[in-house]
Amino acid sequence: MMVYLQLFYEFFKAGLFAIGGGMATLPFLYDISDKTGWYSYGQLADMVAISESTPGPIGVNMATYVGFTTCGVPGAVIATLGLITPSIIIILIIAGFLKAFKDNKYVKSAFYGLRPASTGLIAAAGLSVLSLVLLNKDAYAVSGSFMDLFSLPGLIMMAVLYYFTAKCKKTKGLHPVVFIAASAVIGIVFRFAGV
Amino acid sequence: MNKFADLFLTFARIGGLTFGGGYAMLPILQREVVEKRGWASEEELMDYYAIGQCTPGIIAVNTATFIGQRTAGIAGGIIATLGVVFPSLIIISVIAAFIQNFADLAVVQNAFAGIRVCVCVLIFNAVMKLWKKSVIDRKTLAIFIVVMMGSVLTDLSPIVFVILAAAAGIFLQNKEVQAK
Repeated sequence: MMVYLQLFYEFFKAGLFAIGGGMATLPFLYDISDKTGWYSYGQLADMVAISESTPGPIGVNMATYVGFTTCGVPGAVIATLGLITPSIIIILIIAGFLKAFKDNKYVKSAFYGLRPASTGLIAAAGLSVLSLVLLNKDAYAVSGSFMDLFSLPGLIMMAVLYYFTAKCKKTKGLHPVVFIAASAVIGIVFRFAGV
Repeated sequence: MNKFADLFLTFARIGGLTFGGGYAMLPILQREVVEKRGWASEEELMDYYAIGQCTPGIIAVNTATFIGQRTAGIAGGIIATLGVVFPSLIIISVIAAFIQNFADLAVVQNAFAGIRVCVCVLIFNAVMKLWKKSVIDRKTLAIFIVVMMGSVLTDLSPIVFVILAAAAGIFLQNKEVQAK
């Protein structure tokens, strides 16, 4: 019972403080992982990939996934309800005085500060995935050589993926699921996990 | 058809057809809500969407609550929201159960090791997109750097940064107005 309450509470907080859409919940998911140990950073990265590749809002998908991993179907339902409850309350209040909210100077100036903060939090979460992918801490600890610290295949693949997802005009509009599927195939062919 | 059932089913369809959340949802919302049902005008939809973006929570969820409330009151807001998350609950639970059973296979582990590289790039691209809209001058750049470094170097909850950033925004913007 306690774990359900905690799950609801943690996702309620994420729903209340994550600003700027689905990816903005990511820093909160890392925070939950730190505090509870319900799942690892690696598992979280996998959840992001699956949430991007399946229908539905990314933030909702990630909440459902984390909830399911923590305590099955009831967990999935409770995490999702926790995430959407603050939205429902806030929007129902705002809907009452729509125009006053939109034009309020304090609301506007608060968002002037909130937007770059939200971007900074997501960037920090991205750095955690980056260190997971690029750094071979185990190999470095054994050999002590900087050459072993960075994963070369990971670096090359990242550069190639960046080109196709952000630079190449023909492919950058494609849905992320295309790149995720291609990365899965590359991972299997070149045995990225080393097994 | 009952209005509530109609709201639930329409938003369940919108949730099930949207790949990638908030931004991808707009064209489907336009077709289902504005053109087919007439629950909102094009302009109203843009307003709800803009507010959904700058209030806490998931954009898709906020927009659903908004349209539901405008169409059928508070109950409508709740039902539309439950509709939009319903497909995610089913689809993700099925996939998560499936993957849990196969997580130990070498082929699954290798696939996800490859996918993690891609997730990195996707998060980086998301940050770059948000960057263009949020880091617009030196002060917002400073907020970005302080929050990112703070989040990397300390164990503070993201909530702390969100509250401080809102306060900083109000302080910086209104000080400027007074100085003029």
